[in-house]
Amino acid sequence: MDFTLKTFIFYGFALLTIGSALAVVTLRNIVHTAFALMVTLFGVAGLYVFLQADFLAATQVIVYVGGILVLILFGVMMTSGRLEMRIHIERGQLLLGAGISIALLMLLLTVIANMPVWKNLTDDGRSLEPTTEQIGTMILQEKFLLPFEVVSVLLLVALIGAALISRKEVRD
Amino acid sequence: MPEILSESFFPKINLQESSNWAKDFVQEVVIPRLPEAVAGHFSVELLAILVMLLCAGIFVAVVPLLPLVLVLAERKVAARFQNRTGPMRVGPWGTLQTLADGIKLIFKEDYIPPQGDKILFMLAPYVIFACSFAVFAAIPFGQNILVSDFNIGIFYIMAISSVIVMGVIMAGWSSNSKWSLLGSLRSAAQIVSYEIPLGLSILTIVMLVGSLSMSQIVASQAGGIFTWLIFRSPFTFLAFFIFFISAIAEVNRTPFDLPEAESEIVAGFHTEYSGMRFALFFIAEYANMFAVSAIAVTLFLGGYEGVLPGYDFLGGLPGFVLKTLGLVFLMMWLRWTLPRLRVDQLMNLCWKYFIPISFFNIFGTGIWGLIFETDDVWSIGISCAIIYIGLISAYAIAGRIFARKPEPQPSSA
Repeated sequence: MDFTLKTFIFYGFALLTIGSALAVVTLRNIVHTAFALMVTLFGVAGLYVFLQADFLAATQVIVYVGGILVLILFGVMMTSGRLEMRIHIERGQLLLGAGISIALLMLLLTVIANMPVWKNLTDDGRSLEPTTEQIGTMILQEKFLLPFEVVSVLLLVALIGAALISRKEVRD
Repeated sequence: MPEILSESFFPKINLQESSNWAKDFVQEVVIPRLPEAVAGHFSVELLAILVMLLCAGIFVAVVPLLPLVLVLAERKVAARFQNRTGPMRVGPWGTLQTLADGIKLIFKEDYIPPQGDKILFMLAPYVIFACSFAVFAAIPFGQNILVSDFNIGIFYIMAISSVIVMGVIMAGWSSNSKWSLLGSLRSAAQIVSYEIPLGLSILTIVMLVGSLSMSQIVASQAGGIFTWLIFRSPFTFLAFFIFFISAIAEVNRTPFDLPEAESEIVAGFHTEYSGMRFALFFIAEYANMFAVSAIAVTLFLGGYEGVLPGYDFLGGLPGFVLKTLGLVFLMMWLRWTLPRLRVDQLMNLCWKYFIPISFFNIFGTGIWGLIFETDDVWSIGISCAIIYIGLISAYAIAGRIFARKPEPQPSSA
């Protein structure tokens, strides 16, 4: 196995992702876990770049870090006392969680081991086509138009629901 | 499972082809100039990393110099607006004042609130600083002055700048002070809200150009001032103003500086910071200001392309910097002219005006693209005519609305 710079960067990202993911589940302070989750999501975005999925990587950052994580932090900060946010983990939860993760790990390892050959798409020296255009044509011209529209209606319903819930009731 | 340990288990990794410019540079320029005896001992890959680090180093060195100039400019502009002279003592006309301030900040005590969260408190300025820097990687300053020509350039900029919120929340929460927390919550709400009109007005540009890459967006504006995207259709003209105002809100400047409102919450999320950590926030703020102006210039005002097709007037690196500094001056002008908005006004402006107008813009741009399939003299002429008529009627309507009724004369009795 040739160790090039890219391999090092890849393992750097992989270590970052796994390490921070471990921190997410082991840290006791809930705000610390949220920020560790930020690092995990960044690491996953980096791995997407290695898979030549640049659009997906940027989407990962903009949706998860810029949107969902901010929402999580907002919820945490607004609902509990500052600097006192500890999570209590019971032994039963710990065992159950460990069991599920080990089962998942075994499943993934079997899938990986049964993969015949790891093919590298850029081995023949050409660079891959940019993915943005392909995603666009797939969604709007080919088979994913209906799911796309369904998702847009779903989001609209969520939006209206949020507006309805947060609106003050005006009685006359 | 012996396959797991075999060679093919680990995927070989290739970065994208475009990142190999440093290697080409090393092979073609550096290696032939080195003495024979030395050249053999260097690996190309290692030298390529050195070249890339050097280029990054240039940016890391130049970008903090921007605030050095901009802070002084801000103080001088403010002084002019208030009929003062501004800093005059340090250096000729006070030109070295920021340098002196910077040295002062370096030697100040680095105080960390003992009740706060120490790790996050120390980390927060770096998150904001790093994200502000990372944005500069995708901005084309000139024909070949571009760190990396991403295929998703503008989307990358949106993604990276959305991470700045995390740094703000980190700073506000870890300070363990109510002013910081309030400021950071305000800031996060504001940035998350204003990202929507910002992204939607970028979308109108992307629809017209058909690409997310910054260099292609600039290349489509190469034919002089009337092919600049701001004049390409009436909807992009509207989008420019929405983009610019939302960008001012993104970088937390007056009239949208609620997160740092001095009269209410001391200094917002960086209340507890002092010394060099405070300076990092300060540098990031001014670097952000420059970055959003540069993005606005790239998207709407022709980037590094000039006013006339064949000539370099207002084009190239000097033209780009000049246009960007013009927008930065506009931001300063607004800051020292307008009062601060209230929170409800801020949110109303975003959710009730900007977002509907942006959606209308996208709809209109789609129809515009159907009517005029290619940009020719006709489409640009019609678009400029609509913009002209629209501006005049807006002026007339605004004049009618804001016309001041004559003050009632004090009765003589």
